[in-house]
Amino acid sequence: MKTVVIDYGASNLHSVVKALEKAGMNVQLSSSPADAKDADSLVLPGQGHFGQVMQAFLKSGFEPVVRKHIKNKKPFLGICVGLQILMDSSEEAPETAGLGIIKGKVKRFPNELSVPQMGWNQLKIDKLNPLLENVKDSSFVYFANSYYASFSENLLGSSTQYGSISFQSAISDGFLNATQFHPEKSQTVGLQILKNFKNITESFVS
Amino acid sequence: MLAKRIIPCLDVHNGQVTRGQQFGRAEKGELANMGDPVEMAKEYDSQGADELVFYDITATSEGRSMMLDVITKVAEQCFMPITIGGGVRNLEDFRSLFLAGADKVSINSGAVNNPNLIREASEHYGAQAVVLSIDVKKRENEQVWDVYVAGGRKKTGLDMLEWAVRGQELGAGELVINSIDADGMNTGYDIEANKLVRAVVDIPIVASGGAGSPADMRDILLKSNVDAALAAGIFHRGEFTVGEVKEVLAKAGLHMRIVGEN
Repeated sequence: MKTVVIDYGASNLHSVVKALEKAGMNVQLSSSPADAKDADSLVLPGQGHFGQVMQAFLKSGFEPVVRKHIKNKKPFLGICVGLQILMDSSEEAPETAGLGIIKGKVKRFPNELSVPQMGWNQLKIDKLNPLLENVKDSSFVYFANSYYASFSENLLGSSTQYGSISFQSAISDGFLNATQFHPEKSQTVGLQILKNFKNITESFVS
Repeated sequence: MLAKRIIPCLDVHNGQVTRGQQFGRAEKGELANMGDPVEMAKEYDSQGADELVFYDITATSEGRSMMLDVITKVAEQCFMPITIGGGVRNLEDFRSLFLAGADKVSINSGAVNNPNLIREASEHYGAQAVVLSIDVKKRENEQVWDVYVAGGRKKTGLDMLEWAVRGQELGAGELVINSIDADGMNTGYDIEANKLVRAVVDIPIVASGGAGSPADMRDILLKSNVDAALAAGIFHRGEFTVGEVKEVLAKAGLHMRIVGEN
């Protein structure tokens, strides 16, 4: 089983790698797209500005291999801005197109809320969800985001309430998984989610 | 619903956690040694801390590399958000702390000297990763709080509220309001200062300085509506665990993340 964490020069990758290892995965951190070609699963972390993350990602040369990986229905996990750049576009950088792999738009939380949303918020979990197996409804996970994805399609996962806004905080169809929160920063709940990603990868390999 | 946060704070001097009062100085022997930062971080992690804040209070490059080593070890073992501050002067400092495992970097004097550093860091790493830490002291017989730097030694001429608003405009994603008067006195947070800041900014606020009991933490969260309460001595001395504090707060009606229940 080979899992590659995509290093495109952004974000706190150290924590993501350590947490995946703690969940029992054999992880390779790589900045070379060639390493990702034969990976069983791919992890795309991300934080910061949508436009800058998108630019860095395109420059890294990982785009074709990520598109192919997802098209072939191989296990994939996007985290935070790593989820957001899968979308069509973002209000944070209207001039920059997203990857458009998932239909929808990234929106800013309204001004009457404290932005960024910083801290532990709860998951309302949809049923039949491989990424969130053995995670109890209302579990807390860690968020640090000013923007959230608004999906055009109905996707299974979890939703989270922040003030007046209810947004989809995780999605999973069994292959394509993504979280707006940081599982690598969400203590035991986060580690359970990463273990579930490990199980998803194992069942794909076998 | 977003929970209020309880944040243990570890002041690290030459690789050891220390604690003083009203910004006491390490070189004058005014700080007590409280223990090994990695072991303490693991303990607070298991108690259900929502986040950890480390301040590097050594000003030497040797102390800095010890600090980076501490952060790397903590980040390998504690899967929770970690904020680092102390001596952050430029983008390279931000970079080295993020690489070591920090999720947020806190700037204080460095931002007073060069406010543009807030903007640069925020554009580069995102607002969620940039914390503006403000040391404040109330003027006698006036409803005015002055901003200090250099561990409370130097008055900057900045007004707390103006600096808080400016920090938000420049792109800070969170504020920490440190009360110099209340620091280490265990007599409660500066509720008035935090209330005033809450009224003028939208970004999250962390109140710091003065926690002597769970009731102090309850009062600051209820009365000033800040997002988080930071504390050091009350936890380091083993008077209360984070879990015990959170139970008191939950009973008072505050929305807390109680570990073990989820």
